Amino acid sequence: MIRHLLSGADLDAATATRILDTAAEMATVAGREVKKLPALRGRTVVNLFYEDSTRTRISFEAAAKRLSADVINFSAKGSSVAKGESLKDTALTLQAMGADAVVVRHPASGAAHRLAEWVDGSVVNAGDGTHEHPTQALLDAYTMRSRLGRLAGLSVAVVGDVLHSRVARSNVLLLSTLGAKVTLVGPPTLIPVDIAAALAPDTTVCYDLDAVLPTSDVVMMLRVQRERMSDSYFPSAREYARRYGLDGPRMRRLPEHAIVMHPGPMNRGMEITPEVADSPRSTIVEQVANGVSVRMAVLYLLLGGNNA
Amino acid sequence: MSAYLIKGVSPLGAAPTDLLIRDGVVAEAGSGLSAAGATVVDADGLVALPGLVDLHTHLREPGREDAETVESGSRAAALGGYTAVCAMANTSPVADTAGVVEQVWRLGREAGLVDVQPVGAVTVGLAGERLAELGAMADSAARVRIFSDDGHCVADPRLMRRALEYVKAFDGIIAQHAEEPRLTEGAQMHEGEVSTRLGLTGWPAVAEEAIIARDVLLAEHVGSRLHVCHVSTAGSVEVLRHAKARGVRVTAEVTPHHLLLTDVRAETYDPVYKVNPPLRTDDDVAALRAALADGVIDVIATDHAPHAVEDKECEWAYARPGMLGLETALSIALEVLGPRWDLIAERMSRTPARIAGLESHGVDPAPGAPANLTLVDPAARRVVEPGELASLSRNTPYAGMTLPGRVVATFLRGEATVLDGKAVR
Repeated sequence: MIRHLLSGADLDAATATRILDTAAEMATVAGREVKKLPALRGRTVVNLFYEDSTRTRISFEAAAKRLSADVINFSAKGSSVAKGESLKDTALTLQAMGADAVVVRHPASGAAHRLAEWVDGSVVNAGDGTHEHPTQALLDAYTMRSRLGRLAGLSVAVVGDVLHSRVARSNVLLLSTLGAKVTLVGPPTLIPVDIAAALAPDTTVCYDLDAVLPTSDVVMMLRVQRERMSDSYFPSAREYARRYGLDGPRMRRLPEHAIVMHPGPMNRGMEITPEVADSPRSTIVEQVANGVSVRMAVLYLLLGGNNA
Repeated sequence: MSAYLIKGVSPLGAAPTDLLIRDGVVAEAGSGLSAAGATVVDADGLVALPGLVDLHTHLREPGREDAETVESGSRAAALGGYTAVCAMANTSPVADTAGVVEQVWRLGREAGLVDVQPVGAVTVGLAGERLAELGAMADSAARVRIFSDDGHCVADPRLMRRALEYVKAFDGIIAQHAEEPRLTEGAQMHEGEVSTRLGLTGWPAVAEEAIIARDVLLAEHVGSRLHVCHVSTAGSVEVLRHAKARGVRVTAEVTPHHLLLTDVRAETYDPVYKVNPPLRTDDDVAALRAALADGVIDVIATDHAPHAVEDKECEWAYARPGMLGLETALSIALEVLGPRWDLIAERMSRTPARIAGLESHGVDPAPGAPANLTLVDPAARRVVEPGELASLSRNTPYAGMTLPGRVVATFLRGEATVLDGKAVR
């Protein structure tokens, strides 16, 4: 098993599948009256969050607690070199406290990589800047597999602000490893340069959402921040919604079996309409539930729970 | 004054000879020289070059004496084979007045290891809003001729035009940090495949090329001298080639790191590889090497940029850009160009001395020449150990790399600043 989970690229197909299979076992725990396993008893998991992210933090916290780990929440919001303790000093502090795993969310791309050089324990990247968010990709893959029964051969459209999306990067890497075919959709200003060469050669780019819908098994809508408008990535929120938002008529152009995903938090009315978000095709609430199972599997496997 | 008899040295790779250095000049050259009282330097197998001249050095004093001082930077320069360095203006306070440039100049004289030629800021506080007192700096004891807002681009085209025109009165030159600021907001590394993979905001090549294109046209329009700092892209080379063909008075420099390293180094997220302009691609490196050989790029300049540990041992986005360069530049020139000594002398000594107006530098070691020279062992190979560098900072991107060549001795106006590979003080 790998020691850290920093990038979707850290996972080969066998390892990723093992995590998804383990997550499926973990999911059965959630259905029990006592939602707790003793697997990580006596181990310490630190949630080191430099950004506000209630949903990701509580998902990891719930995952660690269900495995009976001791959880320390370290919120360092707004911290930076200029404002306070350096990441390295924080790392050494956590090290001294005996953290077995550090789950880190940070506004700077690569922060999890840096942290992994400074601590002995496992580092789980819970989102670093505009780089990656590998457990989100794992829970997305888990959700697709549970809904559609497979990953290999699926056509997945990832729609929106790919440029600034750590979710998109991790998904492209992981889905391509698992044999799905990803099409990135968005205005050209929000698609990063050389994306296929950078991440996965079989990735395609399309600027026309309507063109990809009829052949998509999965549509994953990304959150688009309204502030991007003032940076001239697109002219207005309304124009964005017209061209790249998923509404009812567009949803009905999808194949019968296709699902709609969103990593949350949603901008209802911007990239997704309430009709779509609340439709039976939407997996948004399942994704949250699956997140806990997948993060349990990741912590369990990284911390060698399988050898216990 | 001391006298040195350098025995069996090969001037720029030519047949071995002896050089007698006395009274600050090369007094004699020839085989079998002897001189009573002269210190004998066994230079068998060594190559003599005119002392190197760096057009682009950050010495950090005043303001960041924890990262480098004029003295420590001078020592690093001498150990790198340099006899003159041009100290960039982005100190704190900024070198935008006669007082600050004279302070830096005086500190250089006191250190006495290289000639420290201050560069003056183009605009007050490097803010890009109004001209600094360029004439006062030119007339000061520091005799400033190169003006640069390096670290910042003189982005306002009208201000750039005025600066180019104004310095004609004292044969000054504007050294431009070519970076269109609106195209590089938040930029962290070269925009391309690697920045996409790493999720780091891209610094597109066009942000450099657009400013160079504008500035060569401005320089042509007003008939002024323009120098382009740290050219980093293949496209910039083509713009410069075109401008030179038209007769524009433009010169350009390239750094050692842009000749050797590429953006894939960023994959470690180790900010020791963060630099501005950023490391580019293999294609850019190839174009820069070719341009250096054919003369479209005139000089190698280090952009020696020391940074304290805490400014590099952090997240990539929070780290300051810049790399050490003085103590490794000649080795990288050898690695990239091979033992083409005349070309190395041209790109690292004669041409930079001419651009900076340093008449006693950049002169080949021959009878009558000022005794500003360096002796290099071309056969030596060394592993770069950050802890062994004379710079106060440790941010070398070459740590652990084995590089060719070693500076054995350096002489400034006839006095040794480096002997046996060690600084004399």
